[in-house]
Amino acid sequence: MAAERMQTILATDCGSTTTKSILIEYSEEAGRYRLARRGEAPTTVEAPAEDVTKGVLNAVGEIEDLEGRRFLKDNGSGVHVREGSGDGVDLYVSTSSAGGGLQMTVAGVVKSMTGESAQRAALGAGAIVMDIIASNDKRLPHEKVEDIRRLRPDMILLSGGIDGGTIDHVVELAEIIRAADPKPRFGVGFKLPVIFAGNKDAAGAVKEELGSTVELKIVDNLRPVLERENLGPARDLIHELFMEHVMAQAPGYAHLMEWTGRFVDGKWKNVPIMPTPGAVGKLIERVAKMEGIHVMGVDIGGATTDVFSVFDSSGEPVFNRTVSANLGMSYSISNVLASAGMDSVMRWVPFHVDEADFRNRIRNKMIRPTTIPQELEELIIEQAIAREALRLALVQHKELATGLKGVAQERTIGDAFEQSQTGATLVNMMDLNLLIGSGGVLSHAPRRSQTAMMLIDSFLPEGVTMLAVDSIFMMPHLGVLSEVHPQAAVEVFNNDCLIKLGPCIAPSGSFKKVDHLAVVKLNMPDGKTVEEKIIPGEMKLIPLGVGEKTTAVITPVKGLDVGNGPGEVWEGTLEGGIVGIVLDGRGRHPFNLPEDDAKRVQMLQTWSQTLNCYPERFLTMGGGE
Amino acid sequence: MAFAYTPGLRVADVADISKVRRLPLKGEVLAAVGDSIEADTVVARTELPGNVKMFNIANLLGVPPSDIPELLLIKEGEVIGADEPLAQSKGLFGKYFKNTVKSPIDGVFESFNEITGQAVLREPPIPVEIDGYVKGKVTEVLPGEGVIVQTHCTFVQGIFGIGGEVRGELKMVCSAPDQEVTADKITPDCKDKIVIGGNYISHSVLKKAISTGVKAVVVGGFDDKDLKDLLGFDLGVAITGHEKLGITLILTEGFGRMTMASGTFELLKLREGMVASVNGATQIRAGVMRPEIVVPLPADAASKTTSTKQAGAMDIGSSIRCIRSPYFGMIGKVAALPPELQVVDSEAKVRVLEVEFPDGKRYTVPRANVELIEG
Repeated sequence: MAAERMQTILATDCGSTTTKSILIEYSEEAGRYRLARRGEAPTTVEAPAEDVTKGVLNAVGEIEDLEGRRFLKDNGSGVHVREGSGDGVDLYVSTSSAGGGLQMTVAGVVKSMTGESAQRAALGAGAIVMDIIASNDKRLPHEKVEDIRRLRPDMILLSGGIDGGTIDHVVELAEIIRAADPKPRFGVGFKLPVIFAGNKDAAGAVKEELGSTVELKIVDNLRPVLERENLGPARDLIHELFMEHVMAQAPGYAHLMEWTGRFVDGKWKNVPIMPTPGAVGKLIERVAKMEGIHVMGVDIGGATTDVFSVFDSSGEPVFNRTVSANLGMSYSISNVLASAGMDSVMRWVPFHVDEADFRNRIRNKMIRPTTIPQELEELIIEQAIAREALRLALVQHKELATGLKGVAQERTIGDAFEQSQTGATLVNMMDLNLLIGSGGVLSHAPRRSQTAMMLIDSFLPEGVTMLAVDSIFMMPHLGVLSEVHPQAAVEVFNNDCLIKLGPCIAPSGSFKKVDHLAVVKLNMPDGKTVEEKIIPGEMKLIPLGVGEKTTAVITPVKGLDVGNGPGEVWEGTLEGGIVGIVLDGRGRHPFNLPEDDAKRVQMLQTWSQTLNCYPERFLTMGGGE
Repeated sequence: MAFAYTPGLRVADVADISKVRRLPLKGEVLAAVGDSIEADTVVARTELPGNVKMFNIANLLGVPPSDIPELLLIKEGEVIGADEPLAQSKGLFGKYFKNTVKSPIDGVFESFNEITGQAVLREPPIPVEIDGYVKGKVTEVLPGEGVIVQTHCTFVQGIFGIGGEVRGELKMVCSAPDQEVTADKITPDCKDKIVIGGNYISHSVLKKAISTGVKAVVVGGFDDKDLKDLLGFDLGVAITGHEKLGITLILTEGFGRMTMASGTFELLKLREGMVASVNGATQIRAGVMRPEIVVPLPADAASKTTSTKQAGAMDIGSSIRCIRSPYFGMIGKVAALPPELQVVDSEAKVRVLEVEFPDGKRYTVPRANVELIEG
């Protein structure tokens, strides 16, 4: 749509823990849209309030208090979207992942083929995939039935069979769904939406099988032939059904859905609420497309961690999103500990801690998920856990962001010695240009260098990678806004949302006895030349501010790669950031922390000091060194 | 800003609570609206379909699936017993070397697929009954699904629990909320009781409670390390209630050594000797569920105290309890609600409030780290 001049825009994101509101205004002086205020309040989708709008009113009320203006209706019955001038806003939009977001079960005949395609379709639409049912998943039918009942998905996506392929197996899956007779989480009396996006020849039989027991919708096959996915129609339908059948039943959403929108030529036009991850994904895709670069984004929430990536596959940019449903910083914090193991988490803590005390602290965060660390020691512990949550989420993303499996590949003589196989991951950290962090623990870290360290430690970027952070966690808001008012979304994203932390330079490859991994020569903006060696096991920080640029020549030692292949020189322009240029000599492939506990603590402290992550008093914590 | 919203846990000396008692599948409802029921009254029953056993008859007999129908000895839908012959091959000259496939289970021969050669056998249905859980009155019947029972009761929510629904008499074993439940306090007369402790119970004492036959333990705190030892694994996602440990454990405060809130302790003390229904089931996620202690009261029982924690507006003078270090468990009153973000020890800029503790000292704490209490 054409960018209409709106003066005031309000956006909210109802997260599983917190409802965040932002106020965007057009500044005549700056000649662009800018972020004016933000507010937040605990999300109220659950008991005792059980009404999401209360959290929205509180979060917007906070902006009202700070701004000294009114954006809510006088009786508190909603956001005041005005028709002309006066109090209120010109547009109100919202995203939501409250109430656990959209939780889906998907089904396909072969788990690694149509099952995985169905998973990608659901994830891309912003869902959490709770289970993948497949004919070959080694569970007995009654076990699958039990799992569907136990998990109570909001929606089921049934795929299976390429067009003209198997019918029997698809019908078997439908039989299992019917036997489970699944009930929606919200809205007693409503039928569960089931989308069939499989073999078109099986549609009739599936309809016959499921009949009127569920709300069955049929769309084009998401894997019509082995070599191609067609995820669009299924994704669109998931969005549509999410609004109609899931959101509308969640506590308070029926009202919230009526609030979001604007007036166009005197007529009310509703703007649908978007699942939070779907909105973030839209924004990441837009950035990759606009800049023509490979981008990864990670959004670490209370319950889940989403990873987004845009990498090339056969020369085409491919967007992928994964949700690690049980990796998060509040509701799921104990699961990070259970999944990663105690030692993996504790290895990131730069002081000695008692294991029993450490465990109790994490568990207390889980049972009181909305609390935040007041003391420095607790903050450092939460940031240690975040590293492992991010690392595990990346592992899961790499496993799913792959080429299509089971596809016959055309090979030329030039490929004869390549060991690549179908379904290899598209994620290549050396090719990554921009890594964006988002979510409370990254966006609200008291020092931006803490964010940079968390991103580097967990994602281990290779070569030259720009690190950035969503300043106050507003990518969801801007994602949904970009659908209605792209100009406002892009202007706020570039100027207020994305904070560049600086590039990380990390040589990759194995090395033995060398005194340095690479030499970095920089022509600084003040005309001086800086030359630094990247020393094994060390980190260094070279100041280069936001908006400043430098030309760089990076010469790795033989066998190490900084982007142009082993031993090859990298030349280019580096842009600065709020942290600066980070030289990381700790190695990749492998990256290892010292096994000796005292040495490990000492190294962590040194690296933290180099990047000025914490106030000096952290050195005396846990008995101190 | 003069308004904040912080959810808390309910601790009510008198409340009317409704409990939905629903079958996992449709079945028969045995109670009617207006019925007075006991906690153990069966209110609905059904039969869950038996487990399915699938096996390939064609492979076992070594003949093509399409040939199987004429070799079957029983029809679809017929009841079968374990070891009963299901199909037999023709053998050599119709006489020798005949192969027989026998049923591995008691149940029903549900179906046979001529394309795949698979037979589907189903075990007998599993009967399921739902009881009332609490003493009270049926206020609504959910046709074919169950009932809603209302009870006039004392209602206490815990913060975390394990183990399912149990009933028993409340018994205090500690004289103060900051006292530990030690082994000597678990005496033989604790058998079948719901034991109320103070600030802590260790794994070894809890094991003694299990062997003594204690139905449930309600206590301020428990170590996470002990939880891992008790369960045999590290609990990842907080969805509990299905554990078969021989005991239900409810924590009112959290993990570690934590003094039980005095309001909670005093209220449970007041109800000592009464029969309570307790459930450790916890889900800290969508549709949040906390463990609970329900003590049904006579219909005319009225409130004697005002120790009810609940959500609502926070204002100057509101009573609050700190729920995170460094002031965990301390109760005070809101002294100020500054609207601007402030820097705390971690260097984070957060929304805060000033709390005044009973000794008159004032401290700044993040608003996210307090819960509202009434009174």
